[in-house]
Formats: sequence, structure tokens, C-alpha cells
Amino acid sequence: MSASRERILARVRAAVADAPEAPEPTRDYLTTHTPDDPAAILDLLHENLADYRAIVHRTTADELPLLLMRLLAERGSATVLVPPGLPPEWLSAADATRIHDRSVSTAQELDAVDSVVTGCALAIAETGTIVLDAGPGQGRRRITLIPDHHICVVRVPDQIVASVPQAMPRLDPTRPLTWISGPSATSDIELDRVEGVHGPRTLEVVLLRD
Amino acid sequence: MSGTYLGMPSFPEAAKDAVHNVTLRANLRHATHTIRDKRARAVAELADWAQLREAGKQIKNRTLRHLDRYLEQLETAVTEAGGTVHWAADAEEANRIVADLVKATGEREVVKVKSMATQEIGLNEALEAEGISAYETDLAELIVQLGDDRPSHILVPAIHRNRGEIRDIFAEKMGSWGRPAPDGLSDTPTELAEAARLHLREKFLRAKVGISGANFMVAETGTLVVFESEGNGRMCLTLPETLISVVGIEKVVPSWRDLEVFLQTLPRSSTAERMNPYNSMWTGTVDADGPQTFHLVLLDNGRTDTLADEVGRQALRCIRCSACLNVCPVYERAGGHAYGSVYPGPIGAILSPQLRGIQSEIDASLPYASSLCGACYEVCPVAIDIPEVLVHLREKVADQGGKGHRLEKAAIKAAGWVLNHPAALAAGERVASRTRKLHPKKPPGAGAWTASRELPELPAESFRDWWKKNRT
Ligand code: SF4
Repeated sequence: MSASRERILARVRAAVADAPEAPEPTRDYLTTHTPDDPAAILDLLHENLADYRAIVHRTTADELPLLLMRLLAERGSATVLVPPGLPPEWLSAADATRIHDRSVSTAQELDAVDSVVTGCALAIAETGTIVLDAGPGQGRRRITLIPDHHICVVRVPDQIVASVPQAMPRLDPTRPLTWISGPSATSDIELDRVEGVHGPRTLEVVLLRD
Repeated sequence: MSGTYLGMPSFPEAAKDAVHNVTLRANLRHATHTIRDKRARAVAELADWAQLREAGKQIKNRTLRHLDRYLEQLETAVTEAGGTVHWAADAEEANRIVADLVKATGEREVVKVKSMATQEIGLNEALEAEGISAYETDLAELIVQLGDDRPSHILVPAIHRNRGEIRDIFAEKMGSWGRPAPDGLSDTPTELAEAARLHLREKFLRAKVGISGANFMVAETGTLVVFESEGNGRMCLTLPETLISVVGIEKVVPSWRDLEVFLQTLPRSSTAERMNPYNSMWTGTVDADGPQTFHLVLLDNGRTDTLADEVGRQALRCIRCSACLNVCPVYERAGGHAYGSVYPGPIGAILSPQLRGIQSEIDASLPYASSLCGACYEVCPVAIDIPEVLVHLREKVADQGGKGHRLEKAAIKAAGWVLNHPAALAAGERVASRTRKLHPKKPPGAGAWTASRELPELPAESFRDWWKKNRT
């Protein structure tokens, strides 16, 4: 145990010795701001994703392979990163060469890939957020970071929650979590918003109906 | 705090220069007004804002009351998850720990995601002295670093620079740090951001060591959280083999669930967004995903002194959203540099003198860098009563035989605003007097502040109303 550890803890204890007891926080805030209606929640997610300049598509399981083929072709993507556990049928129609992420692949190798397709852990309607937790079909954090184009598939309605308080109990903090709300952006230059400084410049979200 | 700020002139002197810098003033005014209007709309979307604010305040108060317990819990959780926890009593110790950790990797370069704690301790300079180059990767920090400048705002640190200046800095300086700016670089934000992307990508892809701060640490789980927009944070947090996070001890929250409050209030208060583009949360290390070595440096550096002050300790609730800067009439005039610290604006005026003590000229002057109008308290998502702490610190300055009243006049005068708007100052004082629950034993605003004046009447209209009507 370091001397500073003991010193800091002792100073903390001395500092609050006379402080009044602080109660457990009152949580009388809302658990959602949205009516409990799956259609309304889906529409809100769509609207908020689009408001943050993600490109949103709605599709069915049957049409998903053709949609993904088209989205990759429209961008002229020759290569697509495929996380382990991505349902193989999703990319069954795509022409792009699949690149499988391996732990030995370097950041430079990933940098040469055009697009990445992943699933997600869940999506939050009120904030227009998708959350990745490195589960099956999502892969390591860096594969959704380095390629310039990210297509994320959200299962409707299972993977959608209305609000942040509804999201928390469904997430496992011991997994690495990445919350994504629109593409990378900066407003550092005279507050003009510019998309894509470092993360993917294009985020496409596919809302996949069961 | 950082050696960068040693020998800073006091607030009144520093503010005088800023007030005469026309570009700075115009940039600041535009920025603060734009952000504050957007923020008001983002906050209005949540019907339970008042409850979220109260919960945020209570969570932080509870954390501070039992900080020892939560820090120990955090240490255990981080260690069990594969991380290593270090404790640093002051800036020097923190810098030495980080420098030793970097040297142990054999690397001489590190990439950094914007962090106020590392700015506070002057980490970049300390690393440089050890022969280690630290690259700031936040676009604004890059502008500041390349321009050999200092940040002037918590959220938009280069807000004092316009696009033409940024173009010139990039064209002139990028080459000496790495990949030069493209030939014929224009001053459009898109091209400037692209130049930064190319310049920094080289560094991200080869970096072996990343350094960050954190917005929150969860005691229960050992999870660290970083909010950001550009993706440079994700780059620094996931690509390097070794990650070192330097975090103030007050950044801990007890439970995972507590984050649901701040995940709602911080983005809306800060960038006026429902959520900022990226949040990264990690717990120790994870096999084959992200850094395989993780060090957490817990920083005191004046925080336990602040905690010991029963009025002033509320400043440690601050979640660094910067909303108080954007509503502050004095900040708008004086700019961030005048505060002589990495923490500018109203929060800087109460935090810096507490972290550093009030012995120096600049720190003794900071509690006077305010009109006490109360706007900062109204917007604060954790309800820090900044005017109350300012008045409390003024008393302390006065008690140590400071030149309180002179400083107050000088600060207000230097900010160049209230002299032309005496009614605003009066209204502000009245609101402050009326709404703050100041020391119950004494009249509101007691001590240095009221020693030589009558207590004002209750205002006929609030300062905010006055402001809207009279501000051009
Ligand atoms: S004092 Fe309050 S308003 Fe100011 S930066 Fe801190 S949390 Fe935000």
C-alpha cells in the first residue's frame, strides 16, 4: 500500500468527519419520457437517429441481404469487415470481399477496409443511440472505429428501449461498451458542425423487423 | 496546478487584455450565446429536469460524504478486473507515476484524449521534460497545442480562435509534429477537420500508449466512462496496448445505475445534445479487445482540502459540463485565459482558489471575478451554488487580510461590462441575495462583499428578465 493512498484516505476521512449524513439519492425522475407504444418508440428512434445524421433504413429479414448488398455497392465498398458471430445470411448477397477481424490484424490493416457491418446490444430511442457491447456480431471495439463506413443492424422490437434508465439494467458493465449517437462529429471550429473527424464518417442504421 | 500558469497576472489584469481583444470577444460572444440557447432547448425536452438535477446533486453529495469507502471499493473492482490503481497526492507525484509507467513501456510517444485533470497537473510539460512527447488528439486541443497556446473554454478550448487563425496554425505547425497540412489548405471547417484527421490518424495507428481522464468512475463495478464527440477518445482508449487514466478522486459515483442520471444531464448541459456522439465505458482489461494493460491514477491535488470546506466542497460535484461558462456575463467579456487556470468561468472562480489555496494574487482575485448574478447556479446540472461559494471565498480572502474590495471593483471593471450596466449588477446582486441561502447567521452576502454597502431591496424583476430586456 502506498503512503499516498493512506494519506489521501486519511485526509478524506478527516475532511468529512463532521459532515451531515448524506441520504440515498431520491430517484423521482422519470424512467421514460415516451408513451409505452412500440410503434411510437420505433418512430422516435428513427427520428432521433436521423436528426443526428445517421442514415436510417427499415427492412425485414427477407430483404436484409439485398439491402446490405445495395448499401455496400452504393459506396463502392470493395471490402467489408465481418465480426465473428454476424449471422452469415446477412451478407449472403454482398459482393464485397469479407475481411474477418482477427486479434493479430493490425490497426493499419483495418484502416484499409472500406466498411464494417455489425449488430448491436440495444438502441435507445430518446437519445438516438446504439450501444455495442462486443457481443456476437459486434466484434472488438476497434472494428467499428477505424473503417469510414459503419452499418449497424438493430433488431426491432427486441433491441429497442425508450430511454437511458431503461437501457442501464440491460447492459453489462463488465463488457466494454460503446455508445454511438450519430457519426463522429466536431464543432470545434467556430461551432460549425463537421462530421467524421476520426470515427466513421458515415453511420447507417438498419432497423430490422422480426 | 500546472506550471504553465505560474506567474499569471491576477484576474483584473488578465481580463483587461481580453476585453480589448476584439476577435476574442466576438468569438466568445457568438459561442456562448449559441450554446446557451441550444442548451435551453435540449433541457426543455426533459419534463423531469428538476428531478434529474436534484438526483445528480444527491448522488454526488453522497459520494463525497463517503468518498473513502467508494474509492476503496473502486480500487478493488478495478484491480479485480485486471487494472492497476495508483494514488497521487499532488501533481508532482501523479506526473512521476505516469512518466515512470510510460518509460516502463519503452515508448517515447503517447496519444492523449482531452482531460482537464492532466492539464491541471501539467502532465504534457512533465512528460516533455522526461523526453516523452504527448500528442493531444482532440481537435481543439490540437489547435491549442500546435498554436503553443492555452485552452480558454472547458468544452471548446480553442473557441478564441477563428477559422483563419486555425488554418495558419495548421499550415505552419503540423509539419514539425508529424504529417504536414495539405498544400493549399483552405479555412473551411471541413478541410481543417480533414487535415486534422490525416495528421492524427498516423499517430493513432502506431500509438502504443494512450493517456486519458474520465468523466465518471463507478465504484461498484470499476467501470470508467469517457464522453466525447470526435472519436479521438475511442482511438486513444482502444488502440494502444497500454492505457493510463488520470482521474480526480471526486469523479467516482457509487453505482452503475447512477450513470443514468448523468448520461441524461451531462450531454444536454454540455454540448446541448440528447447524447454526445460517443461514450466509451470500460472495466479493467478485456482479452483481445482494447488495451491489455490498464493503469488508473487517482489524483488528490487539493481535492481533499476542498472537501474539508463545508461550503466550498460542493464545487467537487462539478461534472465539467461548462454550462456555467456560457451564461456568465463576466466570462463572456473576460475570456477563459483571464482565470489563470484550466478551469475558467464561474466554476473556475470557485474551484481553482480551493484547489490551489488563496495565497497568490490570481487565486485571491478569482472569487471577485463575478457579478453574483446567479445564472451559473440556475443552469448547473448538479445545482452547485456558485454565488454562495464565491461569497464564502471572498470572506476568506478578506480574513487573510486580502485587498478584497479593491479586487472586486477591479475585477468587475476589468470585465468591462458592469460599469456600463450598473443596473444589471444591482439586479444581479439582489437576485443573488434573495435566492441564495447564505450563512443563516449573517445577512446575505456578508463579509467583504457587504462591508461597505447597504443590503439592496428585493428586485422588482429577476436578473434574467432584466437581462433579456436590456441586453442588446
Ligand atoms: S459548475 Fe455546474 S454548470 Fe459549471 S461546469 Fe460544473 S457542473 Fe457544469
